[in-house]
Amino acid sequence: MALLEVKNLQVRVEDREILHGLSLTVNEGEVHAIMGPNGSGKSTLSHVIAGKPGYQVTGGEILFRGEDLLEMSPDQRSAKGVFLAFQYPVEIPGVTTMTFLRTALNAQRKARGESEFLVPDFLKKAYAVAERLNIPREMLKRGVNVGFSGGEKKRNEILQMALFEPSLCILDEMDSGLDIDALRVAADGVNALRSPGRAMVVITHYQRLLNYIVPDFVHVMSKGKVVKSGGKELALELEASGYAQFEDAA
Amino acid sequence: MNIALAKTETRRAVEENVFTAARDRLPGTGKVLELRQQTFEVFERVGLPHRRLEDWKYTDLRALMREVLPLAAAPDAPALERAKKALKSVALADACRLVLVDGVLAPSLSDLTAAEAGVHVQTLREVLEDGSNASNADLLENGAMSGPMIALNAAMATDGAVITVADGAVLTRPIHIVHVATRSSAASHTRSFLKLGRAAHATLVESFVAAEDAKSYQVNDAVILWLGNDAQLQHVRLMADAADATNITTVIFTIGAKARLATFNMTSGGGLSRYQGYLTFAGEGSEVTANGVNLLNGRQHADTTLFLDHAVPNCSSREVFRAVVDDRAHSVFQGRIIVQPKAQKTDAKMMTRALLLSDEAEADNKPELEIFADDVTCGHGATTGALDESLLFYLRARGLSEKEAQALLIQAFVGEAIESIASDDLRELAISTAQRWLAARE
Repeated sequence: MALLEVKNLQVRVEDREILHGLSLTVNEGEVHAIMGPNGSGKSTLSHVIAGKPGYQVTGGEILFRGEDLLEMSPDQRSAKGVFLAFQYPVEIPGVTTMTFLRTALNAQRKARGESEFLVPDFLKKAYAVAERLNIPREMLKRGVNVGFSGGEKKRNEILQMALFEPSLCILDEMDSGLDIDALRVAADGVNALRSPGRAMVVITHYQRLLNYIVPDFVHVMSKGKVVKSGGKELALELEASGYAQFEDAA
Repeated sequence: MNIALAKTETRRAVEENVFTAARDRLPGTGKVLELRQQTFEVFERVGLPHRRLEDWKYTDLRALMREVLPLAAAPDAPALERAKKALKSVALADACRLVLVDGVLAPSLSDLTAAEAGVHVQTLREVLEDGSNASNADLLENGAMSGPMIALNAAMATDGAVITVADGAVLTRPIHIVHVATRSSAASHTRSFLKLGRAAHATLVESFVAAEDAKSYQVNDAVILWLGNDAQLQHVRLMADAADATNITTVIFTIGAKARLATFNMTSGGGLSRYQGYLTFAGEGSEVTANGVNLLNGRQHADTTLFLDHAVPNCSSREVFRAVVDDRAHSVFQGRIIVQPKAQKTDAKMMTRALLLSDEAEADNKPELEIFADDVTCGHGATTGALDESLLFYLRARGLSEKEAQALLIQAFVGEAIESIASDDLRELAISTAQRWLAARE
């Protein structure tokens, strides 16, 4: 059974149709890249999979391990193993990162009928993961993302991925706002999470990220649909020719 | 008989009943009783404040409270039993505790054994009834304060705590005044005093609770405090009166030089409440932090009104107020700061924020700064809004249910006001009160 099956998805935002029959199949262990120009609907796809309000699904379906994902609330999807690494992670002053991480992990575990982590056990686990990502303990005591640079916010998203161990990781324009070094650190963190039981969907404009996170499949989106799919060479082709040829194909 | 005259006489007859009906139970004779009579007349002239009085424009007691109820009967044994049960939920370990039941001190529920050296405790009743004390009537003097509710309080106060902390006494245990209401449809009036000597340090905690079946009662409390030079006071007040009760409280602080005051109020109970604080800097180099949290639902109406007078130079003040308003509740914050002409180098900041959780919730924020000195740093901010949808979605996308996500954000919202409480135990008490309120949301 596929991990994620998007079948002919049609999505409207306010009065505009953004996705016009998008289909995509992702199996465990695979890394898919989704590329496309601004306005092609890449972020809309990731938001609809995560359950963000404000999007109206007017046709098609999304199955996660055969279950109807659209019927589930965002927290239910999270408990099932869906993780969206936000393009613009929000700041939550007054809620320390540690408290947030523990509350979130325990909420997911509770929903799955698993035992919750006690504070000392959780601290140990969190510190170990943070150290591997070069995130100083001091940062975990601050408000969520408060005063974090762009790179630090993205690393915080990866820290959460490492802690929550989701089955499906959707990385929404992970490279936006990052310099080369920050990009490398983030990519290393993501690559360390690759596993046979996990799938990644890497959404990006630029081919460069895919040098670091090498995909198994590349899909090109234009005007709300996937217009071409291929292997990792497709990304290099795009780099050379640009998106224009695909705009016509849509 | 002329109809107008008959009407007046009837009205006088109704109003006299509240005071004259209670007169025999009010401690004090001679000058004390005379003063009571006079201040009751001060109250009668204005009556319950109404919205055409600027300070009461958001809280029209005439409309909301309607009348002053008769004085509650002194507690009998069954009442004390009910009070004892209610006391369990608020009692602090290791505190010097005074319990006022329906406005009367209950020695059997109080515990003065924890009073440390340097603390002198009397009851208002014993001071007022002390014939040898020529100046005891001073305790009922309101001085320049001319408001009707403080006047009513002076006229009708049955009891309270009169506490002095000696110069240099650094107390390690809190003084806890607990007000328990056991009677329904009756009123209690209490008046307490705390005088901190020079360089004395103390913690004062006040709790307001209701016994199980106490409904529709009224509490009119006043606390008058003086901080001597170099004194430090931590004041925490937790008002959790019954959901249909009325609580009108006036606190008056006079702060000496190089003194530090941290005062915190949390209003989570009471159908109608007004917490009015008058703070005056009487000596240079002092600091005041005056924070508050309103947690309101149902049809609660809670008004916090602060008057802060920077009367002397070189003092600093911080006011942080947070209101969380659900259902059809109404929160009011009025913060007036006056910086007198000679109060140079004043540093005053006020921030009031309200979080509306429903379409019918209402919050009024009225900051007022009157600045007459020119070498000062003063600032204020006021915001009202709903929970941030993007923050809510982020938390939900990480596994928190809608209720859990709201609770986390609401706790973060009130956190800044609560974290100023220095004592770990008292801070935890405020946090757990907030958590219980959140858990009770359906």
